[in-house]
Amino acid sequence: MNRVVITGAGTINALGRSVPETLQAMREGQLGIGPLQMRDLDRLSVKIGGQIKNFDPEAYFDRQKLALYDRVTQLTLLASREAITQSGLEITEELSEATGLVLGTAAGGMNTWDDNFRSVYEEGKNRVHPFVVPKLMTNAAASHVSMAHNIKGPSLTVSTACASSNHAIGLAFQMVRSGMAQVMLAGGADAMLTFGGIKAWEGLRVMSKTACRPFSANRSGMVQGEGAGVFVLETYEGAKARGAEILAELIGFYMTSDAGDIVMPNQQGAVRAIRGALRDARLDSQDIGYINAHGTGTAANDKTECAAVMEAFGAHAQALMMSSTKSMHGHLIGGAGAVELLACLMALQDGVIAPTIGYEHPDPECALDVVPNIARQAKVTATLSNAFAFGGMNAVLVLKAI
Amino acid sequence: MSVKNKVIQIIAEQGLLDMADVSLSATLEDLGIDSLGVVESIFAIEEEFDIEVPFNANAPQESEFDISSVATIVSAVETLVAEQT
Repeated sequence: MNRVVITGAGTINALGRSVPETLQAMREGQLGIGPLQMRDLDRLSVKIGGQIKNFDPEAYFDRQKLALYDRVTQLTLLASREAITQSGLEITEELSEATGLVLGTAAGGMNTWDDNFRSVYEEGKNRVHPFVVPKLMTNAAASHVSMAHNIKGPSLTVSTACASSNHAIGLAFQMVRSGMAQVMLAGGADAMLTFGGIKAWEGLRVMSKTACRPFSANRSGMVQGEGAGVFVLETYEGAKARGAEILAELIGFYMTSDAGDIVMPNQQGAVRAIRGALRDARLDSQDIGYINAHGTGTAANDKTECAAVMEAFGAHAQALMMSSTKSMHGHLIGGAGAVELLACLMALQDGVIAPTIGYEHPDPECALDVVPNIARQAKVTATLSNAFAFGGMNAVLVLKAI
Repeated sequence: MSVKNKVIQIIAEQGLLDMADVSLSATLEDLGIDSLGVVESIFAIEEEFDIEVPFNANAPQESEFDISSVATIVSAVETLVAEQT
């Protein structure tokens, strides 16, 4: 089996338009969540989000291309471009067929659905633009990345709600490990900050109108974000041979299904995912120094996740650090795990643990070191990244310093 | 139908019960209504009375809308309906 390393990372989200900008913001505990800018805001009761402000697609793409690019595709393409550039990888014709990609998204081209439903239902138009279907399809972003970078190997999109990115990265990891591909791009994106997207979440009554405060006793729910995160995964040998900078080694992945409730999290499903990932990584629980939590800021997720970590790690749960960067960039839904993996890279590479900001009052049901409000210097050699989706599908990744 | 009876009807429907089996002192939990059922009942109440119910599933006890029993829900809805007119 091949060892699998990460040699490139790219992102765009409410905290920054690149990995360095995002990590800087995480280090400083910046808040990327703010008042939403969108039409019909007065008809929404939730008016905050982790929105990428003043984003001008025409600054990045020509108009002909934009006719085919939903916002989620635009964000994915930008993150992919940064990741490939950073990796220094040249996808030659020879490498092209041995390179693939797995991307995760929950909603795909939501903006395109929203705009065109409006046009046919509200405005009563009887005709829509001919590219609506190729623009909104869930795999559009992955397909455009493959075209932009000549990626001809195994490529697909996975959709498991809030765990989509972790599933995508985990599957890509397995493909490189097994030898199915030499190089894989992996990550995910979502751009659900549309009127309809927010309306739908409002209905569930789990959204906060004020802030995302994971693990805090006075937490009041989740806050939606948007953005993309993409990584370049390749074999350790390949990376070494071409002298690439290795950001971290991916050493474990596991996924479970709760088979329980369509929205309520399940402690046992989470525990099984964590234990499975540690087993896959051949690590003991005390090897983990930092966990990037799913940490949505809802009453149910945070207490269930803490209970799961306490059960899976035993006494070591009190020694490790666990933070939720959703407090800063919001919940990127299908893109969450990818952007959050950056916090794991920062912990392993720079020895900086991203904080859980907005933390005000300890909750006895979340009695772990959640790195409240201020980033911390600490040496960690292995990290875990949790994603527990609606629908009870869980995916956990394990990374190691190199 | 009175506000009280309409609310009881909505709750009964959610719990798959007869209206007669929904006592004012019962909690939603007693009636077998889980968290998704609570959210769905509140949605039905909003639609029925054309009101906005202030309720966050993350902090039910802190919401202005008291769902601790059928009686508190009825009284909260009566207040909201009265405020509206």
